[in-house]
Amino acid sequence: MAKSEIELSWKDLEVGCVVSEPGNASQYRTGDWRSVRPVWDTEKCIKCGVCYIFCPDMAIKKTEDGYFEADLYYCKGCGICAQECITGCITMVEEEE
Amino acid sequence: MGERVGIEVSLAAAEAVKMANVDVVAAYPITPQTHIVEHLSELVADGELDAEFIPVESEHSAMSVCCGSSAVGARTFTCTSSQGLALMNEIVFIAPSMRLPIVMILANRSLSGPLSIWNDHTDVMSVRDCGWIQFFTENGQEAFDHVMFSFRVAENPAVSLPIMMNMDGFVLTHVIEPIEFWDQETVKQYLPDFEPVNRLHPDNPVTMGAFGLPGIFTEAKMAQDQALINSKAVILEAWKDMGDLVGRYYKPVETYHVEGAETVFLSMGSVGETVSLAVDQLRAQGKPVGQVKLRLWRPFPFEEFREAVRGVKKMIVIDRAITYGGVGGPVASEIRSFLYLEENMPIITNFLCGLAGRDVTVEDYMAMFEKTEQMVKGKVRQEDYIIYGVRE
Repeated sequence: MAKSEIELSWKDLEVGCVVSEPGNASQYRTGDWRSVRPVWDTEKCIKCGVCYIFCPDMAIKKTEDGYFEADLYYCKGCGICAQECITGCITMVEEEE
Repeated sequence: MGERVGIEVSLAAAEAVKMANVDVVAAYPITPQTHIVEHLSELVADGELDAEFIPVESEHSAMSVCCGSSAVGARTFTCTSSQGLALMNEIVFIAPSMRLPIVMILANRSLSGPLSIWNDHTDVMSVRDCGWIQFFTENGQEAFDHVMFSFRVAENPAVSLPIMMNMDGFVLTHVIEPIEFWDQETVKQYLPDFEPVNRLHPDNPVTMGAFGLPGIFTEAKMAQDQALINSKAVILEAWKDMGDLVGRYYKPVETYHVEGAETVFLSMGSVGETVSLAVDQLRAQGKPVGQVKLRLWRPFPFEEFREAVRGVKKMIVIDRAITYGGVGGPVASEIRSFLYLEENMPIITNFLCGLAGRDVTVEDYMAMFEKTEQMVKGKVRQEDYIIYGVRE
């Protein structure tokens, strides 16, 4: 998208609001829905990848040293990763902090 | 020009759909629309019409199929009535937002309950704000002509909106009238091939019907509203071209004896011809009475309507639907609202009549005129409406 959604005037819209650019859902920043974000404690993390498997938005990626982190462009802060984590190494931290 | 034949109006409408060379018909039979869809089914089965006839299991599916077929660029037709329209309601509102040029005949019938199959306008008025182009036909010839008109207007790339052709149930659908058919050459001249603005096709993938967040929804509605408003230019051009081709010139607002009229009736649909007879009789009695017929309902023809009623002192608005606990029938409340800021706004009386097929005769319209004369001598409460002919 040349312009972000909130910059478009009604005259900019395609007829019937057709989305003519395939795959552009990846540009949608769902991260700004978030009020809390997951933070990993690498002391407790056993690199099992349960958080990665359960993330409903595929917003968790593996780091070079084998730990995991959230892609904050997409992470909505739902907390499923923290709920499912076997060792309890993920804490949901208020965005304000 | 084609030949003049005596034919049931429903069958003539179906023949017109065939002549328009429709690609997909998806419909579910419901009284009084049945003969249209039955005849199309026969035409396809007999090999006279090369189209997909999809006998869906409900009207919700009918309109869903129509959205899909229109989206891939197929010329698409459906028709329904009353409860069928109610059942397809969800998708009816989606088709115009996706700008899909579906043509639908609505054989007008009352909405239940009590359960009824007979004619009034409660069905169409329930979807007044659905965003389709909506107009009313008065007789069989108009119905036949307006099938071609509907495809031409809806599919025009500057419009690309669904269109709803209203045709009164039974009093229009089930009568046999002499109708002048178009020949196929005339249809070809009038109606170009359908070239959709957007098309679902694997070679050029697009997403249709995506959701709209609060940040874009208002803009989407503005664009849709403007598209409907701007369709009027194409509608007027389509009527002009039809007149040049077949000799019948239609207008958004028709008038009858409005010259020097102090009082005008306002009617929509097939009751117009009965009202005209009442106007003839009142004129014969020396009463300055005329008639305005609203053919185009959405987009509302503001300028033409204002012009048609200029100088009129009293207006008798005939409503064929009830707005329970509201300010009047749907037509009258809109007309009052529209004319509110006009200088010399006429006194408007509002009669709800002809509900669920109750006959309204020439004498009844003359009685409404007399009643209006009595009302204006007293103080007319403009918010009032009269359910005409109800037994006390």
